[in-house]
Amino acid sequence: MDAHDAALARLIDQVKSALSARAPLDICGGGTKRFYGEAPAGAPLDVRPLSGITSYEPTELVVTARAGTPLRDLEAALAERGQCLPFEPPRFAPGGTVGGMVAAGLSGPARAGVGSVRDHVLGVTLLNGRAEILTFGGQVTKNVAGYDVSRLIVGSLGILGVICEASLKVLPVSVATETLSFEWDEGRSLDTVSRWATQPLPINATAWHAGRLSVRLAGARAAVEAACQRLGGERLESGAAHAWWLSVRDHSAEFFSLGEERLARGEALWRLSVPSVAAALALPGEQFIEWGGAQRWWRTTATPDVVREAAARSGGHATLIRGKDRVEVFAPLSAVLMRVHQGLKQAFDPARIFNPGRLYAGL
Amino acid sequence: MHTVKDTEPAAAHPSRTMRQADVVAALAEVLPRAAILFRHEDTAPFECDALTAYRTSPMVVVLPETHAQVAAILKICHKMAVPVVARGAGTGLSGGATPHHTGVVLSLAKFNKLKIDPASCTAIAQCGVRNLAISEAAAPHGLYYAPDPSSQIACTIGGNVAENSGGVHCLKYGLTLHNVLKVRGFMVDGEPVEFGSQALDAPGLDLLSIVIGSEGMLAVTTEVTVKLIPKPLLARCIMASFSDIESAGAAVASVIAHGIIPAGLEMMDKAMTAAVDAFVHADYDLTAAAILLCESDGTPEEVEEEITRMESVLKEAGASRIEVSRDEAQRLKFWSGRKNAFPASGGISPDYMCMDSTIPRKRLAEMLRAIQQMEVKYSLRCVNVFHAGDGNLHPLILFDAEDADEMRRCEKFGADILETSVRLGGTVTGEHGVGVEKLNSMCVQFSEAEREQFLGVKRAFDPLELLNPGKVIPTLHRCAEYGKMHVRRGMLPFPELPRF
Repeated sequence: MDAHDAALARLIDQVKSALSARAPLDICGGGTKRFYGEAPAGAPLDVRPLSGITSYEPTELVVTARAGTPLRDLEAALAERGQCLPFEPPRFAPGGTVGGMVAAGLSGPARAGVGSVRDHVLGVTLLNGRAEILTFGGQVTKNVAGYDVSRLIVGSLGILGVICEASLKVLPVSVATETLSFEWDEGRSLDTVSRWATQPLPINATAWHAGRLSVRLAGARAAVEAACQRLGGERLESGAAHAWWLSVRDHSAEFFSLGEERLARGEALWRLSVPSVAAALALPGEQFIEWGGAQRWWRTTATPDVVREAAARSGGHATLIRGKDRVEVFAPLSAVLMRVHQGLKQAFDPARIFNPGRLYAGL
Repeated sequence: MHTVKDTEPAAAHPSRTMRQADVVAALAEVLPRAAILFRHEDTAPFECDALTAYRTSPMVVVLPETHAQVAAILKICHKMAVPVVARGAGTGLSGGATPHHTGVVLSLAKFNKLKIDPASCTAIAQCGVRNLAISEAAAPHGLYYAPDPSSQIACTIGGNVAENSGGVHCLKYGLTLHNVLKVRGFMVDGEPVEFGSQALDAPGLDLLSIVIGSEGMLAVTTEVTVKLIPKPLLARCIMASFSDIESAGAAVASVIAHGIIPAGLEMMDKAMTAAVDAFVHADYDLTAAAILLCESDGTPEEVEEEITRMESVLKEAGASRIEVSRDEAQRLKFWSGRKNAFPASGGISPDYMCMDSTIPRKRLAEMLRAIQQMEVKYSLRCVNVFHAGDGNLHPLILFDAEDADEMRRCEKFGADILETSVRLGGTVTGEHGVGVEKLNSMCVQFSEAEREQFLGVKRAFDPLELLNPGKVIPTLHRCAEYGKMHVRRGMLPFPELPRF
């Protein structure tokens, strides 16, 4: 990045002032994911002026965009060339940015099939807590020069620095896509999806909710057609299927909404990340299962301890996504991992000005 | 190679001898005597990894068999402030496992237990398990472990984690990073630790990402949970010949531009195919200036559809000859040449130095031309084999290490390739790691502040800098002495200043 860029220069100045005043900054983009993580604190640092696609070479399968670039603009530019962000980052609301996508590190329905946002980040330019501009990784898919800091930044919720620019691996949109639907209970769906995972099938996404399993196939036309024949089920009309997967991706589906009434009942929305083959979880409330069984959303009145224990027993962890109170959103870390986290915070942001407490208290 | 850079018998330094006696005595409290090597003749096999030009005699080598022993060794070394260099099969090409003169080599070769869980498509492999052994054990279940570095018959999964190893199928299936769920091991002080989880993610910062590829500098890996994927029902490979390097390079970009992600996409130049053919008879077109190997895998329907598309794109890009593998035997024959490129180069030259930079695919032809000019400039031959699909180059510079001047020219040639790669928007190492070999080139790719940030990461895990010290991150002093300017994406700092 060019340090003489006006928007970047202004960000650097803001960070320098915050440093001298020891005043925390709350790094903001479109504000579409402010509900996620511990409560934001500090003076807003708006990265949206730092906007625009810096380079895009479809034949390289790489796009580089500045942090404030609207996600919608990026996805539109890719779509024009028949490409996409294959990990389907959830948007939640209009206005999200590339920086926010990387900082939150959340991936959509296709994650189990194609990998996560972390898997697709190739490089990041970061403004650290010493007001230095640093670039890690690059624009090539194979790169092991130095530690993989760009991927450490993914999902860091801004606690290590301001993401200024990111390079992402992109992929061609699949030639063919079909969605199959099965009226199956949870047990049968989990078992079958696990069995399918051991076979060479072009499964791109799965979702189970309220007695219905949906399976999205994506790939070469012949492969998708052959898989449709083999798996059976009911084939969904493509427009309706597309809209439905979007509602899962962006949490606009009814299951994910947590209105006044549900909140009043004490419900919270949890994300349980567990091994895909984990047995059915028994919590009070309603469940939505994705990623071949590896991501299980629960809308439940169970206490955080009960939810966490259920996740841990299965070999996973639980994150509070939406609820009345935001306390200990993320599963607690072991003492040794917390020490490493503190060491990394110290290394990147010694004055602790960036998004303090957003990931864990004290960081 | 035969060059010896730093082999000093222990007796040469009285203080080192005393230190050695103290460390051996402390280790003897927790290890059987046979698991501690310290006599020069016993430690000699550990003096180098596959980068044999760099050798250092380790003070002590330990061969633990249990996790408890590893923890105890690390506790002792931490308490006595002894550097520790973890080591797997020693197949690394960048000197990542080069011992420390006053340190302990922690050989983890005995950690070779492997458990395949076909139901969850995972395997739990101790760090000393060989890469290929995982796929072999998973094969009866129709599964395999995707990353396949050329050294896969010998290299270990622990080493793969340290280097974030790739292979010929990364374009479609990713690197080690994309295929590992969890790493278990120990912090420098012997405390047990886990990065990642059995699930697809773990809470907090993504420490698994930074541990993978950290060249043994952040923690000691003893067990790795890897993802297994269903073995494709069919794979077929196209060998396409090109009469000039430029069109071969352009063909690579064209395949990707058509929305095709081949399972493998490799390029070899004429000098390389000649060397390889003499070594294994891979049926290559020896008249072509360059050949591409382009593989499709999946269901039979998928492969047929993709091979047809690949053929037409390659023809359009000017391929002078196209041959599609008839059967599995011929496909493996095509690959046998590629996989034997390194040993074949050993057959035509006393020594070779393998480079590993990555550049954007569209700069391939430009890079090859630059290398041709360097061959003249340094009066050395270079044969080229590329993971073209992901822009990862392995030029092999041929030289004779017995000839000091050739050795010196070879090092300059190598540095020139790496600096050119950075200038073309690439990186100095795609998959072999920095180790000790590319320390100088790190000065070119990263600014002082970036290198300082790497050191900060190192200290967050290992405050006393005892794990594999001296690797990956060059000191400020070293960079100053190397005297090369830091370049980024073709931009020198202070572009307005004249340079000669």
